[in-house]
Amino acid sequence: MTAMLAFSDEGLLSVLLKSIFVENILLSFFLGMCSYLAVSKRVDSAIGLGIAVIFVQVLTVPMNWALEEFVLGPGALAWAGVPDSDLSYLLFLTFIASIAAVVQVVEMAVDKFSPKLYAALGIFLPLIAVNCAILGGSLFMVERKYDFAQAVTYGFGSGFGWALAIVSMATIRWRMRTAHVPAPLKGLGITFITTGLVAMAFMTFSGI
Amino acid sequence: MTATATPPVKKGGLFGPDEIKVIKDPLWDNNPIAFQILGICSSLAVTTRLDKALVMGIGVTLVTALANLIISTIRNFIPNKIRIIVQLVVVSGVVIVFDQFLKAYMFDLSKQLSVFVGLIITNCIVMGRLEAYAMSNPPWRSFLDGIGNGLGYLWILAVVGTVREILGSGKLLGAQVIPQSLYEAGYVNNGLMVLAPGAFILLGIIVWVQRSISGYSEK
Repeated sequence: MTAMLAFSDEGLLSVLLKSIFVENILLSFFLGMCSYLAVSKRVDSAIGLGIAVIFVQVLTVPMNWALEEFVLGPGALAWAGVPDSDLSYLLFLTFIASIAAVVQVVEMAVDKFSPKLYAALGIFLPLIAVNCAILGGSLFMVERKYDFAQAVTYGFGSGFGWALAIVSMATIRWRMRTAHVPAPLKGLGITFITTGLVAMAFMTFSGI
Repeated sequence: MTATATPPVKKGGLFGPDEIKVIKDPLWDNNPIAFQILGICSSLAVTTRLDKALVMGIGVTLVTALANLIISTIRNFIPNKIRIIVQLVVVSGVVIVFDQFLKAYMFDLSKQLSVFVGLIITNCIVMGRLEAYAMSNPPWRSFLDGIGNGLGYLWILAVVGTVREILGSGKLLGAQVIPQSLYEAGYVNNGLMVLAPGAFILLGIIVWVQRSISGYSEK
């Protein structure tokens, strides 16, 4: 097994636009719904969490790309003299551990170098370790066989798309406070239906 | 193990009233999706067809139950500070087993579920029940709690999956249910149901109906 994995040959701009709009990780793959529903009540915390997700996504997707490429994938350990290795069954465990580690390191680094930023982002960082959007981003990156540049682009694009969705939803929910929603539909129900409408709006970007 | 270390045997044996309540509560009153707002991540994408929704629901039920059982058994030995990491490792282990099982016996389905099997790890139901229940309750009840919550999640997925498959592609479990004569009379499948927005709106409506009946509403 000396052959390298074939990479997808999609253009970078296409990867970026697709991950932000058409295949928005929240609106078309439903990833990161829990924190989305919990945090989209206020605009300022939605912006904070959105920035934190972009930040972590840009770090973890390329890092997991390297892990997949040089340690876990079929034949990836060839450089260490073990050409027949295939550790891909350890993918989930390794990814979740590396994400938790990155989140921890980022939290400590931000705390040390920029206490102001930490005050704004601090409470959101631990939440991110168990955000499906982050693990989902890494798993999609593996499934679609991106190369390094595509992985970086995809990390940024999917994080940005998520942030865009949660901020727009937070502003809509803010305006909806005064609307007369039927009692059983309040909260979760109306949020889902509005999200469906926002998702439809994002889908109209397909084809560009 | 000495006799004093075993938990006191409850009245009613393995399926006493308490145990039944643990299973029944999350099915309706305390439903993980409609009431606790957990586990919506990574689940809606698999409900375009009923068989995918069922496999996903069964997977989440098994993972929640087994992870609950394991964590609850070792709960007294887990240092509080690193409990999240311990929980993640246990959950990942169980999910890897489930994923390998699917790859071995249901390869087509496992390809279609793609990344969503792996995403059971970050499914909030699993982590939520571990934190909220398994860390402070004995193993057998935690196991039942996992089964109950998994089933509460399964039936909502199954309803969403059924509606989406019938309206979206006119089939149920791959068999045609909308008669051909209807198509000839001008009936068209509702393409929206297969796409993401359909799932959001449908789930919104299900939550609405469930809450109208159970009488719960948010402030």
